[in-house]
Amino acid sequence: MAAEDLERLAQQSPEDARQSTLKDVAIAIRGLEVGFGGPPIIKGLDLNIYRGEVIGIVGGSGTGKSVLMRTVIGLNKAQAGSVWAFGEDFLTLSFFEQRRIEKRWGVLFQQGALFSALTVAQNVQVPMREHIRNMQQELMDEIASMKLSMVGLPPDAAPKLPSELSGGMKKRAGIARAIALDPEILFLDEPTAGLDPIGAAAFDDLIAHLRKTLGLTVVMITHDLDSLVTVCDRIAVLADQRVKLVGTIDDMLESDHPWIREYFHGPRSRAAGVGKR
Amino acid sequence: MGQRAAIGNEPWIMQNRTDGGATLQAGGAWIVTNSPPLFESLKTLSFRKDEPITVELDRLERLDTAGAWLLYRTVRDLRAAGHDVEYKGGTEAQMSLIDQATTNDALCLIEEREPNVVVRMLEDVGAVVMRVGGQATASLAFVGLLMETLWRYTKYPRRFRLTATVKQMELVGLNAMPIVGLISFLIGVVIAYQGAYQLRLFGAEIFTVNLVVTAVLREFGILLSAIIIAGRSGSAFTAEIGSMKMNEEIDAMDTLAISPMDTLVVPRFIALVIMMPLLTFYADIMGLLGGALIGWLSLGIEPMQFLERTHDVILGWDLGVGLIKAPIFGALIALIGCYEGLACKGSAESVGHHTTKSVVESIFMIIVLDAFFAIFFTTIGV
Repeated sequence: MAAEDLERLAQQSPEDARQSTLKDVAIAIRGLEVGFGGPPIIKGLDLNIYRGEVIGIVGGSGTGKSVLMRTVIGLNKAQAGSVWAFGEDFLTLSFFEQRRIEKRWGVLFQQGALFSALTVAQNVQVPMREHIRNMQQELMDEIASMKLSMVGLPPDAAPKLPSELSGGMKKRAGIARAIALDPEILFLDEPTAGLDPIGAAAFDDLIAHLRKTLGLTVVMITHDLDSLVTVCDRIAVLADQRVKLVGTIDDMLESDHPWIREYFHGPRSRAAGVGKR
Repeated sequence: MGQRAAIGNEPWIMQNRTDGGATLQAGGAWIVTNSPPLFESLKTLSFRKDEPITVELDRLERLDTAGAWLLYRTVRDLRAAGHDVEYKGGTEAQMSLIDQATTNDALCLIEEREPNVVVRMLEDVGAVVMRVGGQATASLAFVGLLMETLWRYTKYPRRFRLTATVKQMELVGLNAMPIVGLISFLIGVVIAYQGAYQLRLFGAEIFTVNLVVTAVLREFGILLSAIIIAGRSGSAFTAEIGSMKMNEEIDAMDTLAISPMDTLVVPRFIALVIMMPLLTFYADIMGLLGGALIGWLSLGIEPMQFLERTHDVILGWDLGVGLIKAPIFGALIALIGCYEGLACKGSAESVGHHTTKSVVESIFMIIVLDAFFAIFFTTIGV
């Protein structure tokens, strides 16, 4: 069923893709091709990201998960294809128009990517300071405090420098900065990598909580089977340069693609309780 | 009696009086981009003492966390002032956002408060003293360790890494030749040109040769080579060793019983001590060539005549004074470069910081030492 879906997407006209991003689709990726000189890393990739869903992107090392995310948010150049976001062809927009769209999504990088010279609270204020004219310092302080509390950071973490925080706290602060302007979409690059199982579970809870309360659409690259099971509505598997399969965890379990079988039926997935369902 | 109203997506608030109290109606888009004007206008609200207030949300078109925060903080302040406040007409999603604002009301410190100026100055002075003291001991210990390592080679010569040393000689010496040569040549040109212009006033153009020979051989050849090498190789030493330290490669060597002194520091040290005099000699020649070219082109001194004059001018020690400093400066650059590289810790930022420090310290030490040498050589009369 899922494979047919992808087939259908590939045959959609650009206008259909654009129209769909005005309704229930947040981002529509069509025929995307990205490479860095050598053979393309992804080619002919089609994917719909629906509003309000949490979609997990999985794939072996080097299948282009990060490349896909970086291309969609405009950090890498695509050789071909289009990324429709909110009814506009993001990759063809001018620099300034891209900035306008970029304010509607937030990104959490793997290590948090906090600005090292600013305190945690100042990091959260950066987007407000840059993009909202005449915002009162008092209001920025209050909103930054609220965001830090929302991501579960204690108040005494706010005046610290990022270098004084643990890895998990850095990621939480990174999320607080990403949601500073109340984006509609949140991109997460391996949010639970490098966290201990307890911290990772707490982070999964946080993502689910934010998604529920803020109505966010979440796109996360992850290797964490627990995250895939607990927070993701759908999973997209990257293999052979494109999205091989997209669907729920049950669709994954039924697939007979060798890599997908190994991934979702391996010993680690049994430990995560995937097979039991 | 609307206080403020606007159309479309603009956010607005309206205050109305009803029988039993007052209503506060919020409408439009209460989103973060609209928050500054809302924040201002919410400040101007005023109510009769103790009257109950209903906050009506049914005209809200959009609400995000910033808007929810503004609503919540208004209600919070009104309640604190003794009003009976309730929300009305909000959708489930909107009420959940207001709940979020309510549960996450915890104003925190944005940055640490600065201690007062006097305390801070004392603190800074103390920190500098501690740091300088610590650095002096640590660098002395490093020199000692290097000496010890070198001494051990007399007993175990096979521990010396010849291949690495030769490789470093190529990197710091051979590869530096184009830039050192070009700079020295140009400095020779400049000295000759400026000198000739002044000396012509006395009709003593031929003394340009004396000027070029003395300046280049005694000072400029060595000084310029040392400064270029400090910028080129000293910084490279720090950056290379520093990034290896960040990558835990140095720790890995330790656990494999490989001494970083043997593999990293000694080859660089020996390479610079050997290559620095060679580079200096080469810089001297290039400087003289630059001088000779100007002598020929602008003063009409034939190259052969320049050479003969040079031969007469050099009084034994001119060349020696320059060359004797070379290995010392080379050792200094290598020591500072390697020491700073091994001192990197924490983040990638520290590699950049130590690289800058390494170059600044090397150049500073070179010029200070050079001044001492100048006094010393003048005193002993060479």
